[in-house]
Amino acid sequence: MSDVAGHTERVRQRTHEGFLAYKGFRWAQVATALCVVAVGVYFVAASRLAEPPSGGSWLGYLLGTMSAGLIVWLACLGIRKRVITAGHYSLKAWVSAHVYLGLSLVVLGTLHTGFQFGWNVHTLAYALMMLVIASGALGIWAYATLPERLHGNRGETTRKQMIEAVESLDRQLADLAQPLDRAGAEVVRRSIEDTEMGGGFWTRLTNDHRGCANKRAMVQLRALPNPPSARQAEALTRIEQVMKQKDAVLTKARRQMQITAMLEGWLFVHIPATFALLAALTAHIVSVFAYW
Amino acid sequence: MSEVFKIAIIGSGPAGMSAAAHAARKGLSHVLLEKTDHLSDTIYRYQKGKHVMATPSVLVLRSDCEFDAGKREKILEQWDADVKAAGVNVRFNADVKAITGDQGDFTIELTKGAPIRAENVILAIGTQGNPNLMRCEGANLPHVQYQLDDPGEYTDEHIFVVGSGDAGIENALGLAADAAQGNTVTILNRSADFARAKKANVDALMATRDAGRMTVMTETTPSLVEPGWITVDTPQGSSRHRCDRIIARMGASPPRKFVESCGIAFASDSPGAFPTLSPTFETTKPGIYVIGALAGYPLIKHCMNQGYDVVEFIMGVTDLEPADEPLLKEKLAGLPGNRKVSEWLAFLRENVEILNGLSPLQMREFLLDSDVRAYKADEAIFIRNAPGSSVFGIASGSVKVEVDPSNPNITVPIGKGSIFGEVGLISGRKRGATIRAAEPTICIEIPRMAALKLMAQVPEARDTVNRITSERQVLQIFKSGLTPADIQEVLAGAEVMEVRPGQAIINEGDVSDDLYIIRSGSMIVEKNLGGKPVFMSYVPAGSYSGEMAMIERSPRVATVKAAIRSTVVKLPAEPFRRLLSRKPELRKRMEEEMHARKEINAFIESQKEEFGGAVDMYSSVANFLIKQGIGEATDVLLIDESLCVGCDNCEKACADSHDGISRLNREAGTTFANIHVPTSCRHCEHPHCMSDCPPNAIRRGPDGEVFISDTCIGCGNCQRACPYGVIQMDKPPPKKPPLWEWMLFGKGPGPGQPSYEWRKKATKAEGAESPKLAIKCDMCSGKPGGPACVRACPTGAAIRVTPDAFLSVARVDRR
Ligand SMILES: Cc1cc2nc3c(=O)[nH]c(=O)nc-3n(C[C@H](O)[C@H](O)[C@H](O)COP(=O)(O)OP(=O)(O)OC[C@H]3O[C@@H](n4cnc5c(N)ncnc54)[C@H](O)[C@@H]3O)c2cc1C
Ligand code: HEM
Ligand code: HEM
Repeated sequence: MSDVAGHTERVRQRTHEGFLAYKGFRWAQVATALCVVAVGVYFVAASRLAEPPSGGSWLGYLLGTMSAGLIVWLACLGIRKRVITAGHYSLKAWVSAHVYLGLSLVVLGTLHTGFQFGWNVHTLAYALMMLVIASGALGIWAYATLPERLHGNRGETTRKQMIEAVESLDRQLADLAQPLDRAGAEVVRRSIEDTEMGGGFWTRLTNDHRGCANKRAMVQLRALPNPPSARQAEALTRIEQVMKQKDAVLTKARRQMQITAMLEGWLFVHIPATFALLAALTAHIVSVFAYW
Repeated sequence: MSEVFKIAIIGSGPAGMSAAAHAARKGLSHVLLEKTDHLSDTIYRYQKGKHVMATPSVLVLRSDCEFDAGKREKILEQWDADVKAAGVNVRFNADVKAITGDQGDFTIELTKGAPIRAENVILAIGTQGNPNLMRCEGANLPHVQYQLDDPGEYTDEHIFVVGSGDAGIENALGLAADAAQGNTVTILNRSADFARAKKANVDALMATRDAGRMTVMTETTPSLVEPGWITVDTPQGSSRHRCDRIIARMGASPPRKFVESCGIAFASDSPGAFPTLSPTFETTKPGIYVIGALAGYPLIKHCMNQGYDVVEFIMGVTDLEPADEPLLKEKLAGLPGNRKVSEWLAFLRENVEILNGLSPLQMREFLLDSDVRAYKADEAIFIRNAPGSSVFGIASGSVKVEVDPSNPNITVPIGKGSIFGEVGLISGRKRGATIRAAEPTICIEIPRMAALKLMAQVPEARDTVNRITSERQVLQIFKSGLTPADIQEVLAGAEVMEVRPGQAIINEGDVSDDLYIIRSGSMIVEKNLGGKPVFMSYVPAGSYSGEMAMIERSPRVATVKAAIRSTVVKLPAEPFRRLLSRKPELRKRMEEEMHARKEINAFIESQKEEFGGAVDMYSSVANFLIKQGIGEATDVLLIDESLCVGCDNCEKACADSHDGISRLNREAGTTFANIHVPTSCRHCEHPHCMSDCPPNAIRRGPDGEVFISDTCIGCGNCQRACPYGVIQMDKPPPKKPPLWEWMLFGKGPGPGQPSYEWRKKATKAEGAESPKLAIKCDMCSGKPGGPACVRACPTGAAIRVTPDAFLSVARVDRR
C-alpha cells in the first residue's frame, strides 16, 4: 500500500531484542574498537614522545575533544527521551549507544588525562565523569536484574488496584469497628488514618516500614482487654483478619515501590552528577584555555 | 348460515384494527375476529408502562385510529375508544383455525362456534404466534420462558435474556429497572451489534449497563441449559454462569403453516420468508389479503396505514398513493428512466439479486434507508482508499474494478444484478479499489446498517452476499489466473460455517479431505506430539487450510481449530481436485505452499525431540496469546516483562504525540511467561468498535490502523462494544507549556498525560469546555517513525507485532 498518495511507509520495530543486544551488539563493537584504537595510538605516541602524552599534547587535545563531545551527546539522552518527534528514531538504539559509548569514556577520558591527577577542577571533572559512569553501570545492573522481580511481584495487579484494595479494606475496617468501645475504635482509626503506603524515597528504597501504623494497630489490637460482649469479640477477630489482609497488600505494594525505587534511584545520582560534570567540564576547558 | 360479510378481518392488532375501523367508517359490512378477549394482543402483552415508539417519524399516519408515541396503557385505551367510535363489529374469543372457499365466498372456521362467511379476508394475525425456540441442550427445561408479563414478579434471581431485538431489550430493562428487586440480569446477543433494535432502546440498554445494573454479552450464544446454570459461547471461549431463569426473545416466524393452509404461497422456503404479496397486499390466493407484521412490516405505524390502504383497495380504489410515496418520490426524483415509484421498486428488486427476496412492501421500507444513483460511463462510484462501508447493487449497466492500482486499464467487470463494496459490510475498511461505471449505470447504495438488517431479515440476501463474498475470496486467495467460471463447480458445493472459539474444523487423524477458507476470524493448527497438543501455526483470515489431505488423499495430519469466533467456507474436495487438474498453475502454487507448511511442521517436530521444553513454551505462549484475543488482532502491542523497567515512557510518548491523553495503559492487562498484553488497541480484523458507530467515524487507515475520525459524536457505542476496554471517553486536556520550560523552570506538568488535578485547574483557567469524545490508539497514523510507544521504549521491551509474525516458528528458534 506504499503507493498511496500522502502515505508514508513506516518502520516497525518488530524485532525483539533488548537494548544491550541491539543490532547484534553493534555499539559494543564500536565502543571497543574506539578504545582499542585509542589505547594503541596512546602507546605508540607515548613511545615517541619524551613525556607521556598529557591533556596538553596533540593526542590529549584529540582525546579531550572527543570525550567532551561524547559527554554532551550522552547528556542529550535526557532530551531525546522526552521530545517525542514523529520521525525515525528509536530510544532503544540511543540507550544502546549511550551505554557502550559512555563506558568507552573510561578509556578515552583516562588516556586524555595522561594519568596526571591532582586536587584541581580538572580532576574534579574526571571524578564526576567516573561517578556518572559508575552510576550508569549500577543502572545497567538494575535494568538487567530487576524487571523480572518488578513484574513477578505485582502479577497482574496494577498500582491503582493496590491502592483501591487498601481503600476497600479500610472501609471494611470502619464498618467492623462500629460495635467496638472507644479504645478499640481508636486502634482501628489509627490503622485507617495513619497508615502510609510509601513514604519518602529512602523509606521506599529500604522498604523499612517498622513504624507502619497498621502493624502497630495489629499489636495494639491484641493487647486490648477481653471485650465484654460476644458481638465485640467477633468484631475484633474479623478486624484482625482484615488488618492482616491489609498488611499483605501493603507488603506487596511496598515491595513494588522498593523495586521501582531501585530501578530509578540510580538516576538520582546519574542525572545530578551529569549536571555537575557539565559544569566542571566547562570550568576545566575554560581554565585550560585561560592559562594557556 | 347467516350473513356474508364483505370483509372479514382476522387479528385485531394495529393492522387489523385499523382496517376494521376504516371498513366501519366506510359503512362496509365487516367483522373483526380476535382470538383473545381484548384488542391488539401483541401490544396488550407489552410490559406494563412500556413506552411505545412511533417510528419512522417521517411517515405520516393514515388511519381512523389514532396513534402517537406514548405509554402502552394510554395507547390501548385510545384504540378501544377509536374502535368503539367507529362502530367496529368485533368478535372476541374467535380463534380462526381454517379458511376455505374462494373469493366472494370464504368460510372461516373458528376453534369454537359457528363458521363465518365473507367475500374477502384480511389476515392481520401478526407474527407473535410462534416464538422462535431455543435450540441448545436443556432448552426445554421449565425455567426457559418465551414471555415476560410482569418484570416486577421476579426478585433476587439470576436472569438471562436471550435475544437482541426490542422485545428482549425491553424485558431486560424491565427486569433491571428496580435495583431493589435484586435481580442479576444478563442479556445475550448473538451478533456484535444491535442492528434489529431501535436506537433509543439500545441507548437505554447501554446506559443501564454502564450504571452496572446489567451485563451485556455480545457475540454470545447459549450452548447448554442446566437447572440453576447456563453455559454460553463467547468470542473468548465458553463460560458457565448462575442462572435461575431464561427469557428467550429471539423473534418469531410467521405462523406459516396456518397461512399456507389457506392457500397462500410464501416468497421462498427459507424460514424467514414472508407471503408473496401484490402491491395491494393481495396474496396468491385471490381475495385474501395479508397486512401488518405478517406481511413483513413490524412497525405499528406501517401496520395502521396498511389497514387503511387495504380496505381502500378492496373497495376498488386503484390509484391510492401509499403513505410513504412522497418520501420515495423525492428520493427518486431526477433519475433517468421516467419510472414511477412502484416501477422503481420493482425494477430494483428484480434486477439487484440481493433484493430479490424482499416483498414489494419490504422493498419500500428498504428504499427509505437507501439511495439510488445514476452514473455516466467512466464516472467513479468510489475511489480506492476512500472511506466507506456501504454496499452497492447494480440495477442496470455494469461497473469495472481497477484491480491494479498502478495501471487503471486493468479492470475486472462486475455485471448487472451483482453487488460490490461488500467488504465494507465485514470490516468497514477503506475501499480496496476504484470502481467506475463501465457504461451508463444505475446503482442502489445500501448503508451498512440497512444491509446488515437486510441480511438478518432476508436469508436469501444473506446467502447471496455470502456466495459473492466466497467467490471473490476464492479468486483472491488462489489467484493463478482463475476466473469466476473456473470456480463455479467448487462454489456450488461450498458451505459457509460459523465456528465457535476452540471448535475444530479438522481433526488430526480423521479421514476427510475438504478444503477450508477462513473468511473471518482465525485458526490455529495443533499437532499431537508425545501426548501433548503442540502449536504448529496460525492461519489468519483470508487464507486456507486443509490442503494436504485434499491434495495427497491422506488422513489429516493436524487439528485445525478456531482461535476466535470465525466464519469459514468449506469447499468440497472432489470438485477442487478437478479444478487442480484443469489448472496446473494453481496446482503448482498450492503444492509449493503445502511443502512450505510441511517443512515448518517437520521443523517443529524435530525441535520437539531435541528441545522439548522450548517447544512446549512456545506452544503455551501461543495458546495464552490466542486466549487474549490476539487471534483477531492485526497489530498488537506486547511488552517483554524481562526488559520493561516500568518507566512508562511508552504512555508518556503516547500522550505527547497525541493530544495529551495516553491511549494505552501499560500496567493493566494480562501476563504470561514474561509476555504482557497491555490494555491497548489491537486493531482487530473485524473491529467490534465499528459495529455501531452512528456517524461511521471509525475507519481503517492505509496502515491497517483502526482510527476514529473527527466526526465522532461522543455517543460511547464503541467504548461499550470494545471487549478489550481500550477506548476511553475523554476530552483533550489544555495545552501544556513547552517542554524546555518544564526542564528549566519546572513549569507545567511535564511529559506525559497531565494529572487530573492539573487538567482541572488548567481547564478552569482556559475557560473553554470541550465535549468528551472517543479516544483510542491510531497506531500513530501519519507519523513516519511509526508508533511512538515502541520508539520511546528505552529498553526494547515494547514491540508491536502482527499475530502471524509473532506466532511464527521463528519463536522456537529463540531458545
Ligand atoms: C415487546 C415489543 C415491543 C414493540 N415495540 C414497538 C414499538 O415501540 N413501536 C412499534 O412501532 N412497534 C413495536 N413493536 C412491533 C409491533 O408491536 C408489532 O409489529 C405490531 O403489533 C404488529 O401488528 P399486527 O397488527 O400486524 O399484529 P399483532 O399486533 O401481532 O396482532 C395480531 C392479533 O391477531 C390475533 N390473532 C393471532 N392469530 C389469530 C387467529 N388465528 N385468530 C384470531 N386472531 C388471531 C392476536 O391475538 C393479535 O391480537 C414491538 C413488538 C414487541 C413484541
Ligand atoms: C574540549 C575538551 C578538552 C580540552 C581542550 C582539554 C584540555 C586539557 C589540557 C590542555 C590539559 C592539560 C592541562 C595541563 O597539563 O595543565 C588537560 C588535562 C586534563 N583534562 Fe582535559 N580537556 C578536555 C576535556 C576533558 C575531559 C572531558 C575531561 C574529563 C572529564 C578532562 C579531564 C582532564 C584531566 C583530569 C586533566 C589532567 C589535569 C592535570 O594535568 O592536572 N579533560 N585537559
Ligand atoms: C559521562 C557519561 C554519561 C552521561 C553524561 C550520562 C548522562 C545521562 C543522562 C542525562 C541520562 C538521562 C536520564 C533521564 O533523563 O532519565 C542518562 C540515562 C541513562 N544512562 Fe547515562 N550517562 C553517562 C554514562 C552512562 C554509562 C556509562 C551508562 C551505562 C553503563 C549509562 C547508562 C544510562 C542508562 C541506562 C540511562 C537510562 C536510560 C533510560 O532509562 O531512559 N550512562 N544518562
